[in-house]
Amino acid sequence: MEKFDVIVIGAGVVGAMIARELSRFELSVAVIEKESDVCMGTTSANTAIVHAGYDPVPGTLKAELNVRGNKLWDQVAFELGIPFKRTGDYVIGIGPEEVKGVEKIYERGKQNGVIGIEMLGRDEVLSRLPYLNKDVSVAMFAYTGGITDPFQATFAPMENAVMNGVKLYLNTAFEDFIFDGKKIIGIKTNKGEFLSNWVINAAGLYSDFVMHKANLHPEFKITPRKGEYYVFDRNEFTIPDVLFPTPTELTKGIMVTTTIHGNTIIGPNAHDVEDKEDKANTPEGLDEVFKGASKLVPQISLRHVIAIFAGLRPTGNARTPNPAIDYHHDYLIEARPDMGILNLAGIESPGLASSPAIAERVVELLKDSGLELKEKKDFNPIRKPRRRFRDMTNEERANLVKMNPLYGRIICRCEYVTEGEIIDEIHAPVPALTYDAIKRRTWLGTGRCQGAFDTPRVVEILSRELGVSPLEVTKKGDNSYFLLRKTKEVEDER
Amino acid sequence: MKDRYDVVVIGSGPGGLAAAISAKKEGAESVLIIERDKEPGGILNQCIHNGFGVEIFKEDLPGPSYAERFVNEAESLGIEFMLDSMVLEVTPQKKIYATSKWYGFKEIEATAIVFAMGARERTRAQIRIPGFRPAGVYTAGSAQRFVNIEGFMPGKRFVILGSGDIGMIMARRLTLEGAKVERVLEIMPFLTGLTRNYVQCLQDFNIPLQLSHTVNRILGKNRVEAIESVQVDENFNPIKGTEEIIPADTLLLSVGLIPENELSRKVGVKMDSLIQGPFVDEEMQTSIPGIFAAGNVVHIFDLVDWVTEAGFTAGKGAARFVKETKEKSEFVKLVPGNNIHHIVPQYLKKDALQNGPAKLMMRVIKPMEEKVWVELSDGKNLITRKLERYVRPGEMVILTVPQKAYDDVKKAKELIVSIEKFGG
Repeated sequence: MEKFDVIVIGAGVVGAMIARELSRFELSVAVIEKESDVCMGTTSANTAIVHAGYDPVPGTLKAELNVRGNKLWDQVAFELGIPFKRTGDYVIGIGPEEVKGVEKIYERGKQNGVIGIEMLGRDEVLSRLPYLNKDVSVAMFAYTGGITDPFQATFAPMENAVMNGVKLYLNTAFEDFIFDGKKIIGIKTNKGEFLSNWVINAAGLYSDFVMHKANLHPEFKITPRKGEYYVFDRNEFTIPDVLFPTPTELTKGIMVTTTIHGNTIIGPNAHDVEDKEDKANTPEGLDEVFKGASKLVPQISLRHVIAIFAGLRPTGNARTPNPAIDYHHDYLIEARPDMGILNLAGIESPGLASSPAIAERVVELLKDSGLELKEKKDFNPIRKPRRRFRDMTNEERANLVKMNPLYGRIICRCEYVTEGEIIDEIHAPVPALTYDAIKRRTWLGTGRCQGAFDTPRVVEILSRELGVSPLEVTKKGDNSYFLLRKTKEVEDER
Repeated sequence: MKDRYDVVVIGSGPGGLAAAISAKKEGAESVLIIERDKEPGGILNQCIHNGFGVEIFKEDLPGPSYAERFVNEAESLGIEFMLDSMVLEVTPQKKIYATSKWYGFKEIEATAIVFAMGARERTRAQIRIPGFRPAGVYTAGSAQRFVNIEGFMPGKRFVILGSGDIGMIMARRLTLEGAKVERVLEIMPFLTGLTRNYVQCLQDFNIPLQLSHTVNRILGKNRVEAIESVQVDENFNPIKGTEEIIPADTLLLSVGLIPENELSRKVGVKMDSLIQGPFVDEEMQTSIPGIFAAGNVVHIFDLVDWVTEAGFTAGKGAARFVKETKEKSEFVKLVPGNNIHHIVPQYLKKDALQNGPAKLMMRVIKPMEEKVWVELSDGKNLITRKLERYVRPGEMVILTVPQKAYDDVKKAKELIVSIEKFGG
């Protein structure tokens, strides 16, 4: 039975950032993930914003970690090669009734210690953002707001962690703890048992399940809160800015924003659902998103939509640790040295922005709990990004193809992803073993044809590189097979 | 493979093949077809059903046979193919950037270009079907490729959305392969494909078609488990209470084609937003002179024979453009041949020799310590030559083109200077 100093449950952005921070030290660390790839839960479907920190209620953990996390992003992105742009973002007030709401956000920002926020009058806003609803009354601009690629924000730290000795177990689902008295000494999974001194619960939507298995916080509950989105064809319709509406207490509202790949996206709405896997789009939800976005930018038309998706926020019901503040949806971050468990729960937005600060906090908590943290001499903080054929000059492309002709074969015609890049990802330290895994890493299949051209070719490449039949290749693990049998064959029983 | 062609055709479907053939027949000397698939023929290769060629050949052929006739003709005419290669960009100066595992990253110059990129299928997102995003949702064309080319069944129990021709043909094909096609749903109150396909593909196989119905939701998290259908009113809004769950493992979409015009947009030809194809004249020439377009890249055709006709027209136009360009050209290019590094001047005016001989200055690449000819030709015939005792890179070589070569220079498409061994 394998034994580790620390096991991290969950390989979303939080788990990956923690694994990378822990890989700095002389520790044996494992990450277990129930899905076929990292980044499959909340991290896989969100607005991809690195929030400035003006939204959370002052005095909450959310506020503290958001502001700190935002500051850490430049260095993390640089070291790990994560695409990150400080675009700045706007909170837009429409009509006189929203002026107060924007002013409140500005005050919150100041209280939270956010630098570089300013209020803009109607004329200034319209001169900067001429496509806005003409009823705009006021806006706040935050210089430190940014955008990233949440997939890269997860693969990159996980890859760096693996480079520095962390073991990643995919398709490995937590089932229960192994106790010695009150102390947790390991975990049971569908792939067997693992022993460990510490277990870090970064299970996102399932963090309550994991916590309850440790007999902690029976009152704590994660409610999946669904958000739906539209993605637009960047060749046809783009809004190059990051625009929030005036928020309500429940949600930051339906945005109009741009991804780091240049696609405009609109969303999310916010509706509680029962099922932690319910990432289905609904007609009502999509309608709500369209109406919400139209309030900011009236000219939006659904004609150039190329994709729709939905994500789930792991909304918790934990109270802010500060007893003076009455807020019940804060992050729950606590170490229990007596049991050897560290819980991270309810990490909803701004979780992506906060993730580097959360990882930093986890290290502090482990240290305070008496875990010996000795820095590795050979820790390498640098994980180089893999450059994309799409982003190269023609001269660079010509040189690359000369070096390896497989970089000359285009597999995705819309996003210009080559066979060489796909093969690199299949054999990377955090391997891409499914179609969606390749898609999230290379952006293949995200363009206008949505994979209609590349799918047969990717199935062929995955089958060849993994040494399995095309019938075994999946879209996203489990039984998500592309093909059910050969032609001219008698039916078998799949 | 050369770096320069009179006509480059992008795409080797029926439109591209026809354009290349007619360009060549109408006088273009060098014609290249660039195709992103491994075989020429385009989508015809996966259309193994018949129904092709009735207008052009007065014969009812399957798609691959129809394509083969044109591929064979193109090959016999000396048209070159660059297969498994993708064009990334075309410039208004008619430079083409293409990339390939076999040829590397290529920059190719053309006098005329024919766009024959065909069309792509509308996807699930473009019609915004709600529900989960499992495996098992395919465009009819992708499924057709899996079944007919790769030899795999993408499912066993199908619902098909859209009564377009590919959808109906796939309904029959899948049935013949032992799959169950539960239903074809069509949001319009009428059939959108050809009636003959309805009769031969659906009626003959007892596959039900439901008009004014669409997909309300896709069920199944990993793989499609069922499709929820719904009836729509005259404004295409779902009618509450008409929902029906149809167990199925696959949804095929046959919901229309969109001309594939990324290259056209990038190069800046004027586009007609009504058809999402370029504006063309009677020669199928786009708003950029010398760039032509043929087939589904312009608008969606129903019969392949008409695509071929459009290809012939575009190819003829391209050949006309090449001819006029050559006639208009006042210059002829000097091309370094065997052991020549460069030549100055690089161009001669076509009537350069009117007022006297022209002096060409050049350097060689490697020394040859023996008697050699310095030869000027038009690629086929020798125009003039001179004897040197040796050539060395350090010593400039001069060749004077005499006035009597006036006619040869005027006629030439290019002039090549080479060093040849005296005895050889």
